[in-house]
Amino acid sequence: MADAAEQLPLVYARGLVKRFDDLVAVDGIDFDVQRGEAFGFLGPNGAGKTSTMRMIGCVSPPSGGTLSILGLDPVTKGADIRARLGVVPQQDTLDMDLTVRENIIIYGRYFGLPRGDLGRRADELIDFVQLSERANDKVEPLSGGMKRRLTIARSLVNDPEVMLLDEPTTGLDPQARHTVWDRLFRLKQRGVTLILTTHYMDEAEQLCDRLVVMDKGKIAAAGSPQELIRRYSTREVVELRFREENRPEEVATELTSQMDGLVRRLESLPDRLLLYTDDGDATASHVHELGLEPESVLVRRSTLEDVFLHLTGRTLVDD
Amino acid sequence: MNSLALPLRVFEYWLMQYRRIWRGSAITSIVNPVFYLGALGVGLGTLVNKSTGNSLGVSYIDFVAPGMLAATAMTVASGEASWPVMGSFKWTRQYFAMLATPLGTRDIVLGHQLWMTARVASTSAVYLAVIAAFGAVNSPFGILALPAAVLLGAAFTTPFAAYAATRESDAAFVPVNRFVVVPMFLFSGTFFPVSRLPLPLEWLAYATPLWHGVELCRMFTLGDVHVLRALGHTVYLLLFVVIGFAWAQRTYAARLLK
Repeated sequence: MADAAEQLPLVYARGLVKRFDDLVAVDGIDFDVQRGEAFGFLGPNGAGKTSTMRMIGCVSPPSGGTLSILGLDPVTKGADIRARLGVVPQQDTLDMDLTVRENIIIYGRYFGLPRGDLGRRADELIDFVQLSERANDKVEPLSGGMKRRLTIARSLVNDPEVMLLDEPTTGLDPQARHTVWDRLFRLKQRGVTLILTTHYMDEAEQLCDRLVVMDKGKIAAAGSPQELIRRYSTREVVELRFREENRPEEVATELTSQMDGLVRRLESLPDRLLLYTDDGDATASHVHELGLEPESVLVRRSTLEDVFLHLTGRTLVDD
Repeated sequence: MNSLALPLRVFEYWLMQYRRIWRGSAITSIVNPVFYLGALGVGLGTLVNKSTGNSLGVSYIDFVAPGMLAATAMTVASGEASWPVMGSFKWTRQYFAMLATPLGTRDIVLGHQLWMTARVASTSAVYLAVIAAFGAVNSPFGILALPAAVLLGAAFTTPFAAYAATRESDAAFVPVNRFVVVPMFLFSGTFFPVSRLPLPLEWLAYATPLWHGVELCRMFTLGDVHVLRALGHTVYLLLFVVIGFAWAQRTYAARLLK
């Protein structure tokens, strides 16, 4: 007979709220994470992603709503849940004076894993994140990417069912990001559920089966990356850059009157015009037929970034 | 209350950390008592014994050695409960690493307190051995000066850790040291009886946990044990431990479980 816990989604949240004094960080959100999927929280700084992750990680009690993780209540069963999670926090929590290997071993001890097995386990994990040559070096001189990989290796020490990754690749160079993505992808193939936050659109597109876009503590949109692009953007985007004497706003007015039908939405930025269309090439040639002479024309695929900016706006958000 | 298994995992982390620095720390804990007892007990003691006409009732080294033992327990305790605690929130962020595992706030507080206590105990044990080598342990009861020093240490590590958990930088530890630890070190009956202090200061000295720790250590190494007084000192120090521990659980939780 199937256990009740097996029937619930792996993470189940309804009307979830997190309040800090006057600030409402998470404002009544609903979401489900299914076993084995990669689920993303996308949003600008201050959207409530980290607060949500900390509640899922059972280190921050919800201020309201319902939350269950692995079918358990995070407030009363926090330790039992945490025993089955692998957490990669936004800010590394490595001991810089201990070696790579020691950091994993001591973390395994926190889970109560027998010391005798931990040496071998640490070596396997170090190998998995390609740090074998640095295994006995102190952590302090390692690069940011290496530290991140170590944090990922360490979080796997208890063979977690769910990984919580809070901005796993922020601050890493492109090579390091790709290495991290590759490892995460392998974990997903092994059936580990990944829950991550990011503000990198390419990361969300690469890794997530489903995601929610958060803004000001609420969920602005939810779906697969493709669904979101389809719903909130167009297949392609034509970016037109103009010289200063042709102010985009004036050109925009002109274009809008003549191109509806081909262009579904037009966004005017100080230096550029973005034409959201399902046929980029046709739109670009139509621009030329109209006698407009932009300095440059770029036809590109629409990305989550377009969805994201459309939903959360272009205003700069400070930390 | 559940077992110590979880707090001991936290203890293990501190032990792993300590393995890198144990040599220097071990040398300090042997050299310090030799120097202090040599200079104060023997050197200054010769002078004191001559000029006081034995008004202390005992030789100066017998008087000052248990005071130094207690004062050292306090110093080690306050150091262990300051930088390492704040650093585990700010620098290594190791408390947060622990909290992401089955360990909870209580395990983190208790495990670290056990470690601090182990540090106080090992330093005090060496100190007591050196005192014995100087011939200043006058009774078999002297061995009880060790648990007394450990209890005194815990009376400092618990409230100090509670306070350190509220700090964003180590700047606060300098005034705490200057206005709390050092004055106690000097004026809580360590080097001279507090009855020599002006009356208000004498009463203030009686309120300090160090004075109670010094009295306990001293009655044991001198073999001049008063059971009721010993109980009184013990209860007073336990009060600091219990309140300090509860306070630490609050300040740790406030910082870890936002």
